[in-house]
Amino acid sequence: MENKTFYHEILTDHNLHPAHKHDLHDADYVLEGVNPNCGDDIWLKVKINDGRIEQASFLGDGCAISQASADMMLDLVIGKTKEDALRMTDLFLRMIQGETTESELEELEEASVLQNVSHMPARVKCAVLGWHTLKEILENE
Amino acid sequence: MKWSDKRRREEFPFFCYREEIYLDHAATSQRPQRVLDAERVFYEKQNANPFRGLYELGMEATDAYERARKTVQNFLHAQYAEEIIFTRNATESLNLVAYSFGCHFLKEGDEIIVSIMEHHSNLLPWQMVAEKTGAKLVFLECGADGTISKEQLDFAFTERTKLVAITHVSNVLGCQNPIEEVVRRAHECEAVVVLDAAQSIAHRPVDVVLLDVDFLAFSGHKMMGPMGIGVLYGKKKWLEQMPPFLRGGEMIESVSRTGATFAPLPHRLEAGTVNAAAAVGLEAAIHFIHEIGWEEIRSREEELTAYAMNQMEAIPEIHILGSKDPKNHSGILTFTVEGVHPHDVASILDADHIAVRAGHHCAQPLFAHLNIPSATRASLAFYNTKEEIDRFVDCLKPLRRKMGYGK
Repeated sequence: MENKTFYHEILTDHNLHPAHKHDLHDADYVLEGVNPNCGDDIWLKVKINDGRIEQASFLGDGCAISQASADMMLDLVIGKTKEDALRMTDLFLRMIQGETTESELEELEEASVLQNVSHMPARVKCAVLGWHTLKEILENE
Repeated sequence: MKWSDKRRREEFPFFCYREEIYLDHAATSQRPQRVLDAERVFYEKQNANPFRGLYELGMEATDAYERARKTVQNFLHAQYAEEIIFTRNATESLNLVAYSFGCHFLKEGDEIIVSIMEHHSNLLPWQMVAEKTGAKLVFLECGADGTISKEQLDFAFTERTKLVAITHVSNVLGCQNPIEEVVRRAHECEAVVVLDAAQSIAHRPVDVVLLDVDFLAFSGHKMMGPMGIGVLYGKKKWLEQMPPFLRGGEMIESVSRTGATFAPLPHRLEAGTVNAAAAVGLEAAIHFIHEIGWEEIRSREEELTAYAMNQMEAIPEIHILGSKDPKNHSGILTFTVEGVHPHDVASILDADHIAVRAGHHCAQPLFAHLNIPSATRASLAFYNTKEEIDRFVDCLKPLRRKMGYGK
């Protein structure tokens, strides 16, 4: 039987040493995302300036997938325009549904390590938690 | 008779097709060939809608179904066959008691005792009864190892106690509750006892007369029977007074434009076409248990549980919930791994094809009480092997390293 684990160094490193897990006092938007299944609970904080994500962070608890995924997401979107960030979000959500091409995967950089989550329905919600929360913030901005 | 590992495994076709190490028996067991055969043979050779047909075949189907009821009666040592009500599962059995007994016989000011370790199936129905009747829900607390002390019993029971809903064995801690003591106290204040036997029924003999419980519920699928068949045992004196839970076909005596009179027990509480094939499958599972023997099941499970506990306890970051005594686990080993979320534990084990459960195990109040967010659960059956336990432990050992610790 094939081993489809996605717990490699990139993921565990983002989980144990997240770069963006801290408070952000002057955030413009703060939104909670909850996945009752795993008990994952994150607070996403975003500061937007002139249509661009100037700074962002997250706080909360949860499984390694939810935490690492949120951290990798922020690596990718900080500094990007709102439109670009939404495009990334869309790309990631499509990757989790197994609908992305190789070149699209490259755009997602480290976050592409989560592509095998698409084979694990029970963990999809953990992987997309941060992304859904960001999408909600950006779409309602 | 002592069964060899090989002989036990050969009874279960699942292991011919799948390489998984299946350690989720507290969720559902695997089924021996003879249970699958019994269900199939009913459909192949006896299939008709029980109780309806006035033809030979219909009567055969009825006989097969009623024989299964007799087998369950003997299995539980119940006094009367009509005390056995077939349902879909333990959840439906417990809801039946809650709606038909709880909602009718409880009133404002009464108290319902539930233990803090109840599966949601034996909690939510009583929350509903409390809300509908104005009765009060009182929690019976337990210690960290699951022990319910005399002081906790003293605290929970009052002269207003009218019903006690308690699990025989916790689906998280695996500990066995002091049912004899609970029943004695309940009956002293004329309260009835509803026993959730879903987690005990596959592990130890249950005698409803000796236990003197008023109601008892279990599912067939956790004791090697088919999914979709469950049992409610109730003392005849209570079942006779209970209004129907569901209304419709095969539970009536006569129906007019405006009303109906109902059939006698047990059919009054089994509306609609019954799951006769699954009842016959459950009967085959009971015969299988008797053939293996309770002593063999118990000693084998204890041996495997002790074997697993010993090795797990040797890993410093792993903490097993509940008793230190393998005898008080009913094959259930729920554990936490320091710094690793239970869903990650389960996913990593899954990558090595080991099936365990992770989360709150439908017992959120217990986890809140123990102050643990969630945990991973490995649950064994007598047909697991030591080699499987070894592979499970071999995957636990490097788990924290795999998650990036100690680098």
